Amino acid sequence: MTREYLFAGFGGQGLLFSGKVLAYKGLLEDKNVSWLPSYGPEMRGGTANCSVIISDEPVGAPIIANPDVLVAMNLPSLDKYESTVKSGGTIFVDNSLIERKVMRDDVSVYYIPATRLAGEIGAPTLANMILVGKLLSVFDEYDEEYVGKALAKCVSARHKDLLELNKKAMETGRAY
Amino acid sequence: MVVFDRPHALLDVPFHYCPGCTHGIIHRLVAEAIDELGIEGRTVGIAPVGCSVMAYDYFGCDMIEAAHGRAPAVATGVKRSDPDHLIVFTYQGDGDLASIGTAETVHAAARNENITIIFINNAIYGMTGGQMAPTSLPGQVTQTSPYGRDVKACGYPVKICEMLSQLEGPEYLARVAVNTVPHVRAAKKAIKKAFQNQIDGKGFSLVEVISSCPTNWGMTPEKALQWVEEAMIPYYPLGVYKDRSAGIIPGAKEA
Amino acid sequence: MAEKVLMKGNEAIAEAAILAGCRHYFGYPITPQTEIAAYMAKRMPKIGGTFLQAESEIAAINMVYGVSSAGKRVMTSSSSPGISLKGEGISYLAGADLPALVVNCQRGGPGLGGIQPSQSDYFQATRGGGHGDYHMIVLAPDSVQEMAQLTIKGFELADEYRMTSMILADGTIGQMMEPVSFDFEIKEAPEKPWATTGTGMKRPHNIINSLYLKPEKLEETNIARYEKYAVVEEKEALAEEYMMDGAEIVLAAFGIAARVTKNAVKAARAEGIKAGLIRPVTLWPFPKAYFEKALGTAKEMISIELSMGQMIEDVRLATQCRIPVSLTKRVGGMIPSVEEVLCAIRKAAERIGD
Repeated sequence: MTREYLFAGFGGQGLLFSGKVLAYKGLLEDKNVSWLPSYGPEMRGGTANCSVIISDEPVGAPIIANPDVLVAMNLPSLDKYESTVKSGGTIFVDNSLIERKVMRDDVSVYYIPATRLAGEIGAPTLANMILVGKLLSVFDEYDEEYVGKALAKCVSARHKDLLELNKKAMETGRAY
Repeated sequence: MVVFDRPHALLDVPFHYCPGCTHGIIHRLVAEAIDELGIEGRTVGIAPVGCSVMAYDYFGCDMIEAAHGRAPAVATGVKRSDPDHLIVFTYQGDGDLASIGTAETVHAAARNENITIIFINNAIYGMTGGQMAPTSLPGQVTQTSPYGRDVKACGYPVKICEMLSQLEGPEYLARVAVNTVPHVRAAKKAIKKAFQNQIDGKGFSLVEVISSCPTNWGMTPEKALQWVEEAMIPYYPLGVYKDRSAGIIPGAKEA
Repeated sequence: MAEKVLMKGNEAIAEAAILAGCRHYFGYPITPQTEIAAYMAKRMPKIGGTFLQAESEIAAINMVYGVSSAGKRVMTSSSSPGISLKGEGISYLAGADLPALVVNCQRGGPGLGGIQPSQSDYFQATRGGGHGDYHMIVLAPDSVQEMAQLTIKGFELADEYRMTSMILADGTIGQMMEPVSFDFEIKEAPEKPWATTGTGMKRPHNIINSLYLKPEKLEETNIARYEKYAVVEEKEALAEEYMMDGAEIVLAAFGIAARVTKNAVKAARAEGIKAGLIRPVTLWPFPKAYFEKALGTAKEMISIELSMGQMIEDVRLATQCRIPVSLTKRVGGMIPSVEEVLCAIRKAAERIGD
């Protein structure tokens, strides 16, 4: 099986990081994975996205034209990518930042007020991880052992406190 | 009995330099310094592009020929490959060091790269046949300034020692000449010090040697040495422009 | 087997270089390759190596020239505009027969161009890039694993043939993360009796030089160098064959274009079209023999490129224009989609079906 994910939003929302955690989890589970960021001069505030592919087979092109899964963290991203999602695919929307609804009816949609929840749990910068937690639970892939290991690979040892906070954010998403 | 002999660090091959050119004297001073400091076996020299391009055939130590102006960058690479052992010097003319290679010169100095630079300033491009150099004097007639260097059109000469002395990086900057015996003696002292500084790990040491080019200046060798005294040295005053260890730092107020 | 880690292509190059014994890196910031410099800046001071951010690309390549003269493994990296600046130094490295590794993580051009991936420096890389008669060994990775593997191979080949090896990557392969294992056997650098490490007063001086004022001598050194190049062409040309069994439509693509093309070839086979891919791993020497062999079944070839058509010339030369070769391309930082490549394959299938 191959699943292609697109994370899109503003720079600084941690989209690249959440994609990395997902990809690392895939790697630890012995899957083939690729992670591809958009890159450019807009380090903060501009649009940013990252494409993640997790597959049982070797990954061909790391570029995604039609994702199975879209995680949208701002309106421009939803506007731009909603139509590209495969029929039967899944869209995760941070509805504390995006007011409108998804217009398609051939995809599954989950609305999560991730940014608001992140504020409530004292982790205002981790809305992205709340969305990843929700995503994994929707696909019934929230394996605590691998989630923990993947986070440990992605959060540097110097920021051990952040590790716990990330876990908390993911758990929050899972429980929502 | 004192016998005048060829320094060991100079090979027994004929120079290609024009009659009356002072490159020969400066080569000898560099070789004498290498001999006296006993460093030939661990010295690597970098030749420039210019009249001294074939210096690699004359010095007995290992030699590298660099691209035009890039000798300080090449020297940086060599030095960093074995910083505790190798002694690295570049030998560069004014076009090489003060025009096309200005960036490499300035940044090697700014890094206080622990290398020695022998900078030959003869106010002209010699090898290519006498074009205006970055150090050509105002009014100086050359092939590419046939009516004399017009500072309105082509700006003023670059005074390397003065310019580099404003940087915090370099350890030692001195300007010398080789047109008279006392000047040659002073030049030898400065060149030797520039190598000694490197041995002592003090850092970037550059000796600017005011030189002559009888062929392209269109003068007899003797007249050319006179012109060094009368025209060059007044524009490029000799002396030590910076010697950090000795406390000679421009801009420092007297106590 | 060593544990696989998730890493960016650019970082994989840096780590592999360190494994290969490279302890000297000189660079200048430019997108999209700056991760290499950042990685080296972090690691080199901890292992007694040198990381130096040079004042310019020109200075960086000349620092490489200096370290290589002194016999040590050394590298620099940049992206297209920066590689043009290094052209002078690369020519001097060739003229002085010095080994070095240069990474070009390509972006769109000409001029300042853009910062998105491109393959439009193919001519520059495979024809030399600077002045004079010379070649580099040009390696084209198509995955993060190969970024590491070909970096090590690049150092080994550079030392073996006293040539510059270039990793010709692109922004995508440089920026993407994939699992990579660093479980390599690495050949140690050979003895370098020619290096300028000081005579120790025990041997005549060594000279590193590219100047030959006597034309007869310069001719002789050029001819000798091309005899060496002939050996490289004979022994080192390498390509990957993908679904080439009985392939009638043969695609040629390298780097990121090959990744896209693999998907398209697979889809075409699923439609019953006999498509296959030759992915050159060495761009110089160009793996001509693979293309000659493909002529056994091939009726058409398609070159898939992120350029206005550069490698296509080598495909035509390798096949001596005996079958039609067409181009499918995107440029300026755009990447052809699987659908675009598949479309080109279908059209070719219709043509040969007549």
